Amino acid sequence: MENVISYRLQIIAIVTALIFMFFIFRLIAKGKLREEYSFIWIVCTALLLLFAVWRDGLDVIAKLLGIYYAPSLIFLGAIFAIVVFLVHLSVVNSKQHKQIKDLAQEMALLKEEIKKYQKTG
Amino acid sequence: MTKKINIAIIIPCYNEQDNILALYHEISSIANETSQYHITPIFVNDCSTDNTKQLLEDNNLMHLNLSVNLGIGGAVQTGFKYAYRKGFDIAIQMDGDGQHPPKELHKLIQPIIYHQADITIGSRYLTKEGFQSTALRRFGISYFKWLNKILVGVEINDSTSGYRAVNQKGMAIISEYYPDEYPEPESIVLFALKTLKIEEVPVLMRDRQSGKSSIRNYKTVYYMFKVTLGTIFLYIRLKFNGKRHII
Repeated sequence: MENVISYRLQIIAIVTALIFMFFIFRLIAKGKLREEYSFIWIVCTALLLLFAVWRDGLDVIAKLLGIYYAPSLIFLGAIFAIVVFLVHLSVVNSKQHKQIKDLAQEMALLKEEIKKYQKTG
Repeated sequence: MTKKINIAIIIPCYNEQDNILALYHEISSIANETSQYHITPIFVNDCSTDNTKQLLEDNNLMHLNLSVNLGIGGAVQTGFKYAYRKGFDIAIQMDGDGQHPPKELHKLIQPIIYHQADITIGSRYLTKEGFQSTALRRFGISYFKWLNKILVGVEINDSTSGYRAVNQKGMAIISEYYPDEYPEPESIVLFALKTLKIEEVPVLMRDRQSGKSSIRNYKTVYYMFKVTLGTIFLYIRLKFNGKRHII
């Protein structure tokens, strides 16, 4: 009985991971998610899938690292990944900030050029 | 002197509809007095929400219109980019709120014309005349003076002053990089590490004619923090990555 329940759970986990992966791939295919940002999500889904298939995986790795309570490894990993990704987003944001500034300035300068040409001819 | 010296006055404007015309007339009267220079005022409208844009257009004043609000640094940089590309000999930054009297500008220009400096900063503290600002601001300024001194060994009494003049060398550097917010104290490290000769010139300043300062109350803390961080990281970036032209 115990086995049946955990198998059911495993199947749910695998299916969820697959749906998530499909969702990510669809976003990339539609051009709504750029490849460079999709990388981290592909890795995430791959990990999800790995631990869904490899049932003892979490316990094995937790033991290896000397973590007493295996689920805390999930939180550690997840929080670490989130922080790294947030920093990455801030970097992207800063880059775009500079690009927008440069574009706005070029536009202002070009508008002035156009005005000058319209006046003369 | 056979060739007239071409001077651009860059005036960043964010909701300065009440000050622009008075300032323009003041500049014009200065421009008419001197035959030695050719003065062009360039207003940079930083996406104002009042009638600044309309006013500039109706009066046919030379201006650059930003389509998004970039903040004082971004607006000023736009003007410097223009002046640099158009080959102006000297570019002067002047606030749009009337704090910087145009009649003082020859004091800023002189050291640059005679090649004594690449950049001049108008200081209200070298002589105790004119508008002297608040106690809190004076504290901030002495802090920045100390910060710049320990980092690059340059002693600037009024590093927050936005009344400055630069030659083409300075314009090239500003076109390449200029901080967005509160650029004045931060850019001193930039100029010093790019080996520009900085000279402080005593000028008389007025109290603002209308509008409010962008730095007040709780913003003061943010201002100090932002400028300190900006200055230190700019120093590190230029000092250790200088050869790679990272900015």
